[in-house]
Amino acid sequence: MTDPRSPRSDRSRWNWVLLLAVVIPLVPALFNHEEPRLFGVPLFYWLQLAFLVVSVSATLIVYRVTRR
Amino acid sequence: MNEHITEIVIFTVLFLLVSGMGFVAARWRRADNLASLNEWGLGGRNFGSWITWFLVGGDLYTAYTFVAVPALLFGAGATGFFAVPYTVITYPLVMLVLIRLWSVSHVHGLVTPADFVRVRFGSPTLALLVAITGIVATMPYIALQLIGIEAVLKTMGVTGDLPLIIAFAILAAYTYQSGLRAPALIAFVKDILIYLVILVAVIYIPARLGGFGSIFDAAEAKFAGTPAPGDGILLNANNQLQYVTLALGSAMALFLYPHSVTGVLASRSRDVIKRNMSALPAYSLLLGLIALLGYMAIAAGITPIGKDVNTVVPQLFDRMFPDWFTGVAFAAIGIGALVPAAIMSIAAANLFTRNIYKEYVRRDATDAQEARVSKLTSLVVKVGAVLCILLIDPQFSIDLQLIGGVIILQTLPSVALGLFTRWFHRVGLIAGWTAGMTAGMVLLYNIANPANNHAHFGGSAFPLSKLGFDTPMTIYAGFLALIVNLVVAALVTVVARRLGSSEGVDGTRPRDYTADAGDPEVKDDLEPAGST
Repeated sequence: MTDPRSPRSDRSRWNWVLLLAVVIPLVPALFNHEEPRLFGVPLFYWLQLAFLVVSVSATLIVYRVTRR
Repeated sequence: MNEHITEIVIFTVLFLLVSGMGFVAARWRRADNLASLNEWGLGGRNFGSWITWFLVGGDLYTAYTFVAVPALLFGAGATGFFAVPYTVITYPLVMLVLIRLWSVSHVHGLVTPADFVRVRFGSPTLALLVAITGIVATMPYIALQLIGIEAVLKTMGVTGDLPLIIAFAILAAYTYQSGLRAPALIAFVKDILIYLVILVAVIYIPARLGGFGSIFDAAEAKFAGTPAPGDGILLNANNQLQYVTLALGSAMALFLYPHSVTGVLASRSRDVIKRNMSALPAYSLLLGLIALLGYMAIAAGITPIGKDVNTVVPQLFDRMFPDWFTGVAFAAIGIGALVPAAIMSIAAANLFTRNIYKEYVRRDATDAQEARVSKLTSLVVKVGAVLCILLIDPQFSIDLQLIGGVIILQTLPSVALGLFTRWFHRVGLIAGWTAGMTAGMVLLYNIANPANNHAHFGGSAFPLSKLGFDTPMTIYAGFLALIVNLVVAALVTVVARRLGSSEGVDGTRPRDYTADAGDPEVKDDLEPAGST
């Protein structure tokens, strides 16, 4: 165990993608429509579920780039 | 009840099997002794990615959620789907917050969110407020888990209070013995059952009902035929703001709940938490699919038992599945209630022990004493929850849970913002909390709901017209209360600083917030807990 240890920080420019993943699912104009349907499911439902991909990608990116 | 006999047998067998696991769990990943909160209350603070995923997933996505969210869609349509954006945005929202909480908690041996506030702001009063808020918000949540079990029992034709009491007595016994290890182990079974049931349900049931297209058409037709202006399979201009603020407010509140924090602090390292932020949304997908069961119930022509809409999903299963699989599905819901109920009661007990008992009753309590008090408190909490459901109208617990979400949000400035900044003055935070709580109560009191005959506390959607705005739009009451909280906290902070009021001692250092497993100051898990 050799000190001094390198200063660690959670700061990263990549953290901004997290903000993106929070804001996009909160814009009703994007998803509050019935058409186009996907397998009979209105856009409102399938698109909001699809936003999961944005959320998962954002947290994965931040995890990857900030890993020691 | 003879027509349900297959279901009852399968339900009982699975339930007992899982209960056995709960008792055996004390030996799982065995520590030298369970007589400390780190062991009993946090499972040794050493859970890896998989266990954490099952534990936190089983903790956040409760039986009540699985029954109540589809019931919301069944009753009102699109507005009930807020649970999806809520659980989609919560992970990117809290990721950076939780890793800081993990670090500072492991450096200082903290067990509860109130512990952190105590160290950070040097204010036992603020810590007490945060602890009480947490306990009050969690209690009705535990009671609601019973409603999940009750809905299943009702559908199977099982009546009377005894089955419910037995179920909770078993739960209380193995939580007492095994602590957090019990729900962690049971969560594996619960989640595998739930995933199995839901995957089968969303393929099999639509196939029998003529596909998703006709399911949504049936829902649309139902809502078009009702006089209520707010329902429908899409949002309208008036409830969009409510939808968005409710999703955001709930997402911010989720990880302020003490039971969520318990799950997070039990993990082994920051990386475990980060990986889970990407893996936990799998449950959100599941929740989204479960939500659609509400529309499937409409298409299948299900009507609630009595006025209890929570029975629509159990009834849908009963109608659609062969008896043996209905039994499996009901067991999934029943066991699904046990995991969160156990974790919640542990979290509430830890809050009492650390922030009330140790702070105000016995300052020199040893680890063993802490663990004993926590174990006993967890029993008291569960007895309280059962009494709540049996003696008081269950609607009361539902109302309380609604209030719980609003009040737990009021700890955000102290806990979540406190992890990033010491700018707020402790007096400001206390004032903000008081103002936010008051505002939240006043707002909720003024929400009426003609649908269930409530003149007050009828929901979380506050009409902006009551504030003098000329609009039929509504907004989430908790969100407004939080804004009041933040404004007051900021103003009083400035004033208190001008007056030279004492800031209190900050027991943390900046590097504590980025410490990770393997660092010298992060305590080894098997050592006796350090004091704060």
